[in-house]
Amino acid sequence: MNLSVTDLCLTVDGVDHLKNVTATFRPGRLHTVIGRTMAGKTTLLRALAGLQKVDSGSLTRAGADFLKTPVWRRDTAMVYQQFINYPHLNVFGNVAFPLKRAGLSRDEIQRRVRQSLASVGLADFEKRKPSQLSGGQQQRVAMARALARGTGILLLDEPLANLDYKLREQLRDEFKALFSDQGDTIVIYTTTEPAEAMMLGDVVLVMHEGRILQTGTPQEVFERPATTTVASIINDPPMNIFAGRLEGGQVTVAGFQATHVSAHLADQPDGAYQFGLRATDVSLASSGVEGEVTFVEISGSETFVHVVVGETPFVVQIEGIHDVALGDLVKLRLRPDRLFAFDEQGTLVRTPSYALASVEGC
Amino acid sequence: MRSRLYPVFKYTVIALWACFVAGPFFWAMTTSFKNANAVQGGPTYIPWVQYKPTLTGWRNIFGGAGGIDVIDPFINSAIVTIAASAISLALGSLAAYALSRYRFKLGFIKNSDIVFFFVSQRIMPPVVLVIPFFYLLQWGGLLDSIPGLVIVTVALLLPIAVWVMVDFFNGIPREIDEMAMLDGCPPFQTFVRAILPNSLPGLTVAAMFCAVFGWNDFFFAFRLTFTEVQTLPQAVVALNSSIPPWWTLSAAALFGVAPLILLALWVERLLSKGNLSGAVR
Repeated sequence: MNLSVTDLCLTVDGVDHLKNVTATFRPGRLHTVIGRTMAGKTTLLRALAGLQKVDSGSLTRAGADFLKTPVWRRDTAMVYQQFINYPHLNVFGNVAFPLKRAGLSRDEIQRRVRQSLASVGLADFEKRKPSQLSGGQQQRVAMARALARGTGILLLDEPLANLDYKLREQLRDEFKALFSDQGDTIVIYTTTEPAEAMMLGDVVLVMHEGRILQTGTPQEVFERPATTTVASIINDPPMNIFAGRLEGGQVTVAGFQATHVSAHLADQPDGAYQFGLRATDVSLASSGVEGEVTFVEISGSETFVHVVVGETPFVVQIEGIHDVALGDLVKLRLRPDRLFAFDEQGTLVRTPSYALASVEGC
Repeated sequence: MRSRLYPVFKYTVIALWACFVAGPFFWAMTTSFKNANAVQGGPTYIPWVQYKPTLTGWRNIFGGAGGIDVIDPFINSAIVTIAASAISLALGSLAAYALSRYRFKLGFIKNSDIVFFFVSQRIMPPVVLVIPFFYLLQWGGLLDSIPGLVIVTVALLLPIAVWVMVDFFNGIPREIDEMAMLDGCPPFQTFVRAILPNSLPGLTVAAMFCAVFGWNDFFFAFRLTFTEVQTLPQAVVALNSSIPPWWTLSAAALFGVAPLILLALWVERLLSKGNLSGAVR
């Protein structure tokens, strides 16, 4: 009962919303689709649900043409980013709505609604109207309704995006538990947050400008990002991407040559490359690549220093609070053993050895 | 100084306007309890002091000698108004839902043009419409009949219903429709089960407008019915003779607006209680 997407395309006003999207979604797996806003994530979900017509491509479920199946027979539930519930029905009525349409018996409906509401922690809220609930509770009702039917496909479109930080973390953990006993359901979950994508997903699909750039396990995508774009999407803060030269395993960036040979790049041919380095692998030092501080974010436990070297922006993540002023000239130390090497077109050619080991070891 | 005088000014304006609006009503109220002598004696307003109240006017409208019986016209008006409003609301909300949710295109004609077409029927002066309506009803054998009057009234009320409801449906998030469809509802069920129940405020307002316009219509009833069917406005006007019996006319007019006043009070209570509002965030 796979859901297969082949070459799905949709262009609106000359902008590609979906461009040759090809993917296979499997039952019992949680697929997270990560991408920035406007990457086409929502469009993809809407196309899968039948709410959005596509220009070309095919969609098959268990061998049958899914594009010809009307929305109301697609056996699909969806949770929206905005907390969408039926305003005229109370919580019980909301969760029972699809079950009534499916023609279940009263007892069965009651049993399933109660069970579903209990699983999202809203057992005592049956009689309330959605407007009397908080945002987090409203989203739980939407979730309970989606789960109660036990549909074959469950689509979640950034369900946590409009919630506050604390609630988001709490619900994310609850969702993980909920999804894990969904049996044969195909779950597809979109998000803009790398941490969410990797924590929840069995499979991560990275989307950008309507295309799927990479599909893999969270580790594969994180440790072996296929392109510079994937690398910057899947890291938070985005991976630093910069141009440099490699000569005999020694990296030169912005006129500054590393003192150490990068062992994993030693047998790589000399020439121009794009390098990727996570924000945690860059630090402020007494010598190194020189740049100017443009922005400083202090989160408490970490300080994010934004530095521009020539025209290339860098983000440096350092522990603790550091007093760095805007306009300061600083020197960056780049860890040579942590460099990802991409060719000039941005395709991955070499990962740091620690990353390689962790992917191959799993 | 503005802060001191402003409330005085404000309440003066409100009070003057209230007098202007309530004045005719008060005049009709006092007149309906007078007899011919009291009316001809010049304007008087305080019962028992300035004139002796009588029930002549009120007796006259319920079949008293020299008066009329308003019961039959009242029933006719009620049937026409209720039937035409119900049909207009039913057809109007269907049309409005389609116009709100689906894109129509015929050459250069788009949704907004269709909505304007509906509204434009109310822009046209009724005089223009009455002649074609006359011929249509004549052709259908429906002149001077309740069904004929209902059809014509629907034509008048439908634009109002469509206009109010398109606006209302546009305010309901489309995601509700989408969710209902995902939850297993084909389009018509989506409308009936997910959208209509959330449209009570809009339906109430549209019904209110339909009722007022339908109930007060004089012109079409006057031109399209003759002897068999008489509506309330017609009956009131029929009282007009060379020497108008003001007391009877007043009683009939008050009797005629009473249902609308009750309706308005009821709707106002519904809306203010919040029974209808807040359905959709």
